[in-house]
Amino acid sequence: MTSLRLPPPFGTRIDRSRAIGFQFNGRSYRGLQGDSLASALIANDVRLVGRSFKLHRPRGIFSCGVEEPTGLVDVGEGPRRTPNLRATLVEIHEGLVAASVNCWPSVGFDLGAINDLFRAVLPAGFYYKTFMWPDWHLFEPWIRRAAGLGRASGLPDPDHYEEVSAAADVLVVGAGIAGLSCAVAAAEAGASTMLLAASATLGGGLEWTQDPEIDSLVAAARRLGVRILTRTLAFGVFDHQLLCAVESLSPIYEGTQRTKGVLRERLWKIRAGKIVAATGAFERPVVFPDNDRPGVMLAGAAEKYARAYGVACGQRVVITANCDAAYAVAHSLRAAGVEIAAIVERRPASDVGAAADGLRVLGEAAIASVAGTRAVRGCTVVSLSGGARSEKIDCDLILSAGGYAPAVHLHSQAGGKLRWLDEAAMFVPDGAAPGLISVGACAGAFDRALAASHGADVGRALARGLAPPAAPVGGLGRSLAGTYLPSLKGKQFIDLQNDVATSDVRLAALENYRSVEHLKRYTTTGMGTDQGKTSNVNALVLMGEITGRDPALVGTTKFRPPFAPVTLGMLVGRRVGPLYRPLKRLPAAAWHEAHGALFEQFGNWVRPAAYPRAGETLEAAAQREAGAVRRGAGLFDGSPLGKIEIFGPDAAQFLDLMYVGTMSNLRVGQARYGLLLNENGIVVDDGIAARLGEQHYWINTTSAGVERTAAAFEEWLQCEYTRLKVLVTPVTARWGNVTVAGPRAWDWLASVGFESDLSPARMKHMSLRESRWEGVPLRVLRASFSGELGFEVNLPADHVEPLLERLWARADEFSGVLYGIEALEIMRTEKGYVHIGTDTDGTTLPGDIGFGRAIQRKAANFVGRRSLLRPAAEDPDRFQLVGLVPADGRTQLPVGAQIADVPPPTLTQGHVTSSYWSPELKSPVALAMLSRGSQRLGDRVRAHYLGTTIEAIVVKTPFIDPSGERLHG
Amino acid sequence: MMQIDCPWCGKRDENEFVCGGTTHIERPPLGASDTIWGEYLFFRENPKGMHFERWRHASGCGQWFNVARSTITHDIVSVYAMTDPAPR
Amino acid sequence: MNYSAWSLLRGALSGHRNWSPAWRPCEPKSRYDAVIVGGGGHGLAAAYYLAKNHNLTNVAVLERGWIGGGNTGRNTTIVRSNYLYPESARLYDFSLKLYEGLARDINYNIMLSQRGLLLLGHSRHDLDAMGRWANAMQMNGIAAEILTRDQVAALAPALDMSATARLPILGGFIQRRGGTARHDAVAWGYARAASRLGVDIVQNCEVQGFVMESGRAVGVETNLGTIRTDRIGIAAAGHSSVLAKLAGFSLPVTSYALQALVSEPIKPLLDTVIISPGTGAYVSQSDKGEMVIGAMLDLFPSYAQRGSFAVEQSIIAGTLAMFPAFSRLRMLRQWAGIVDVVQDSSPIIGPTPVPGIYINCGWGTGGFKGIPVGGWTLAHVLATGQNHPLAEPFQLERFVTGRLIDEAAASGIAH
Repeated sequence: MTSLRLPPPFGTRIDRSRAIGFQFNGRSYRGLQGDSLASALIANDVRLVGRSFKLHRPRGIFSCGVEEPTGLVDVGEGPRRTPNLRATLVEIHEGLVAASVNCWPSVGFDLGAINDLFRAVLPAGFYYKTFMWPDWHLFEPWIRRAAGLGRASGLPDPDHYEEVSAAADVLVVGAGIAGLSCAVAAAEAGASTMLLAASATLGGGLEWTQDPEIDSLVAAARRLGVRILTRTLAFGVFDHQLLCAVESLSPIYEGTQRTKGVLRERLWKIRAGKIVAATGAFERPVVFPDNDRPGVMLAGAAEKYARAYGVACGQRVVITANCDAAYAVAHSLRAAGVEIAAIVERRPASDVGAAADGLRVLGEAAIASVAGTRAVRGCTVVSLSGGARSEKIDCDLILSAGGYAPAVHLHSQAGGKLRWLDEAAMFVPDGAAPGLISVGACAGAFDRALAASHGADVGRALARGLAPPAAPVGGLGRSLAGTYLPSLKGKQFIDLQNDVATSDVRLAALENYRSVEHLKRYTTTGMGTDQGKTSNVNALVLMGEITGRDPALVGTTKFRPPFAPVTLGMLVGRRVGPLYRPLKRLPAAAWHEAHGALFEQFGNWVRPAAYPRAGETLEAAAQREAGAVRRGAGLFDGSPLGKIEIFGPDAAQFLDLMYVGTMSNLRVGQARYGLLLNENGIVVDDGIAARLGEQHYWINTTSAGVERTAAAFEEWLQCEYTRLKVLVTPVTARWGNVTVAGPRAWDWLASVGFESDLSPARMKHMSLRESRWEGVPLRVLRASFSGELGFEVNLPADHVEPLLERLWARADEFSGVLYGIEALEIMRTEKGYVHIGTDTDGTTLPGDIGFGRAIQRKAANFVGRRSLLRPAAEDPDRFQLVGLVPADGRTQLPVGAQIADVPPPTLTQGHVTSSYWSPELKSPVALAMLSRGSQRLGDRVRAHYLGTTIEAIVVKTPFIDPSGERLHG
Repeated sequence: MMQIDCPWCGKRDENEFVCGGTTHIERPPLGASDTIWGEYLFFRENPKGMHFERWRHASGCGQWFNVARSTITHDIVSVYAMTDPAPR
Repeated sequence: MNYSAWSLLRGALSGHRNWSPAWRPCEPKSRYDAVIVGGGGHGLAAAYYLAKNHNLTNVAVLERGWIGGGNTGRNTTIVRSNYLYPESARLYDFSLKLYEGLARDINYNIMLSQRGLLLLGHSRHDLDAMGRWANAMQMNGIAAEILTRDQVAALAPALDMSATARLPILGGFIQRRGGTARHDAVAWGYARAASRLGVDIVQNCEVQGFVMESGRAVGVETNLGTIRTDRIGIAAAGHSSVLAKLAGFSLPVTSYALQALVSEPIKPLLDTVIISPGTGAYVSQSDKGEMVIGAMLDLFPSYAQRGSFAVEQSIIAGTLAMFPAFSRLRMLRQWAGIVDVVQDSSPIIGPTPVPGIYINCGWGTGGFKGIPVGGWTLAHVLATGQNHPLAEPFQLERFVTGRLIDEAAASGIAH
């Protein structure tokens, strides 16, 4: 135990019997179980903890909580290294490793401190006034290198996070006397009640005092079934009374070297009937010259270090006071054996009264300077009333008691308004916010008994659905709004992290950055990691003084979540890695894997791109597969293909309204290809519609488009065509699809027992038949994307693998191969079949891909039809789908190559959309969108790709089997 | 994140729904002028205040319904059937 | 008073007491030759170019709040001109070129950082689409490079390049002239430059109506009185429809929240601007060390300047899918603008159906990079009554003729 440790009853949080070893900046120290890193460092007389952002001035611990602006550390090593933690909130554990931020090579000797020598040319916004010549790019790398506070590991996070939803009639944030009273009363009155406490123990501002009233309220809350969460910080209020909070779960593992990941934090999303903010108030510092030195701290913080952690922040203290709270702190510290050298009162001594009992009070006085740059050694006090001379006082700690700033963040986030209290010099809630009411100090109610009883009244009222009473604002006496003294020389700081001084606020006012928002952005006050919790009010009050405006007129900057910085991983929870956007896998994925599939992602599906044999590249495998399909037969898993069933007496009429292409005149068993447009006339999907019955259709869409298409169908039925009797049922996952294609396709299917009425002789191309195979129901569609004889066998998804297995066993007899998406793309390109989303984009109209005539023939006012009659649709220069072959018959045209007479820069006439080496033709084939393409058959064009130019010829498609014999045979 | 009272499923979080934009928009017939068609497709009042819009419970019952909501406060004033007129 | 290192030194010697206001504080006069409604980047730039290019200095910018307080102060500061269509390419590249000379032109360091803008390809289909995109840019005379997987990894080591990444990175394409600029500096810089040329910049002045005479707009009604003028330019982004309604015309605009967030500042970890069309997220590290993150639009119309928490989660999930190392960083600030979205995500710059009123809107999620050209072309049509050639394709009529310039759609609908 060091000499800065105080004896019991001080130190209600620490366990003196358990010493903890930790490291700070490479040196070993000892603390006690229950210490925060801040209290342990203070106990070890470590004063210099970090450096400020801009000027690299020495910084120490300033506060005892979440508002800490300067005691920032990086904790941990390796992947668990976490930057920018507040030492005041880090719970020490055995083996903790922590380091200062923003200093090099060390916090004691920091080269960055050179900035402080140049501070005169580094006022707020200096970078806007210079670095323009010769060019900002010359200076920027140095600025970027110096930027940032802590250092992240750059490694993936080994820990994980989760998200939990909850609901409560009454949600109380803050477990101080007012919050506890409220929660107990609400629960007593029958409301389901939740209570959140940011700290590990309940009691709020009294948590370390072992107060009997607190203890009995806590017991009552537990007894009444209040759901209590500790270490849970509420960080945001969102629409409709959603409150989000982060529960810290594994603080003792923070930064350890454990290799196994832990559940580190939990996001709570709590939907409340009513929210009660009982979040207390932050202390406001006094502004005086050199107020940024290590050893200048908030008064209440010093008291908390003494009472909760048993640590004296100094042994001879000067308190600079602007409010009555200073005196309670003084007496408290004196009882701990700390010497109170003087209280430097900004207010007249007459304001203080009896509280000053036994203390040396210098009224209407201010600190004019501080001795000691790395640790306070003393200060000089001057009189403001022109009376006494200045006086030097030795001390090792200066405490700042400038007043309070109620934590109105949640109230403001919820849309609540604020009003300024002149007497207490603070912003308090102006009435309730929608769905949120404030109690206790955050409402401006500082009298303990009144706050407690108001809290209880509010709890009861909310539980009963009644309007809660107004808060008993007051209980603090008088504070001065502003403590800045222009007559004093030396830098007086407002924002300790970002080195914003009163001179910067004056400069902002001078340059007309007078709005509170401009003040913030121009000077960066309040933009540090502490979000200005101990600086925002001082800044706006000062701007008001300079520009002759009351604080109420200056106003505050907008309060937005998060109340304090929150971990990105926590906000995302389990939605990382494979769960970010779950991939969809084929029902027979394992079978394909066992048979050598090379999987790739296609949209959100994982599918075989090809089945390479030993030593084959993807391209070579696809070439082999495509060739083999055309010569013999191939087996393809088309299960992701979109499938929708449409039922109802108006199904036929409905499909005519949805599709380009008439579906109402399909006979039962007949299928037709159709395009789907959006109301802008743009092609968004394609597929085959087949008639299963008078009032029953089977729809295929692209695998990526099925959800959108089914949703579109529902939208039309429910929002526009509300009288049509149609049911839409997506069945993509229910039905698998085994596709067999090639001249021997039917033989292969027949060999495993497919019914003969599915044979090509008995079932024409583009028909759909229901059938059975070994008792399994089938819907067999004779269609083809490959251009060969093709059968799409739809069957229940869990039967895909058995059918694949049975077919594959007989593959050799029919020269059968497995083929993947890449081979299919080759084959469909050889046939000139459009691939929506590859050959088309969000500007393609049906006429661009050859469907102009189909539209004219149709009667129904299908989706998008009217848009096809607009001037843009009739533009003769539109891009149209054509075939392209290289003039030399050898050079493959790259996808994306731009077509133009001369090399760039020039106006494009189109681009190559699909391009493959044709195994059938043994030369390259390509598709392209080309301006006036349909009128340019036979033309020579030039395709340009990143500096190379390839000559090509516009040709008709398909490239093979133009009469379609293979399809219809 | 709002909570929306689906007429079939009750109060659910906003991320289960899809917003379909302004409601009570009638599709013009095929003979409409380019201007009328353009207004139907693109032009919207986009009010700062009460907005009558349609929503679909996409991750739930899949049904469409209408909502009267403030685009300033996000307060939902009324949930009503797709085929009902806007409340006064 | 000119800004320079020398001026800073002089300022230091005099305790920084002699700086003049960045823009003159002023009350509005009762009459101007031109009034611009909206004191964001576009409005301030328009005022500057009216004065500089057209010698029209009897101009007022009316801003209902504090200048640059709308979307200009809420974006992710990205500048680029990697567009597909010639019309867009010309527009945005002209803007980028103006940005390249802007700091010197207006004597305010806008901190233009052209450290490259990299788009990631997560599939072979993405790579094909990027091939089209990069070559289309070259057709438009704008440099673009396709990068291999290894080149992407070298540029941004913090990316998840592992084989088990949910979104594998197969390559990318980069516009090296793309990057970021300090958004506040753009607004304040244009304001200062315009003010020096005589433009009145009036804050806390809300336009509440238009004065009409014989069907022509001849002035505006504001909370600070009536102001008469010959021509009115509206540059109010998400509030365009509100003003259009007051003037009696309609727009194809819907206003949505667009969110963005920053992390606490950390030492440099990312030097380029990264965009993943696959996740919709875009990330850069600011000169202060904060990670600046943005992504897709919110999903329902809103003027609230706060996005949905659910969308915020999606934005961050997309970011962590690219950069798992950012999981332990903490979000420090989060906000949203009100973006004016039109169907084809291309702007509207030109006359409105009301004579005397011109509008610059519809930039949606992409307005920051367009500030210089938006201001330039709005100033042109205000001063001359004719559309600037760059703005000609971006008129209201295209929503009737169907000649949309749909950049987002052109980059490929999902397969």
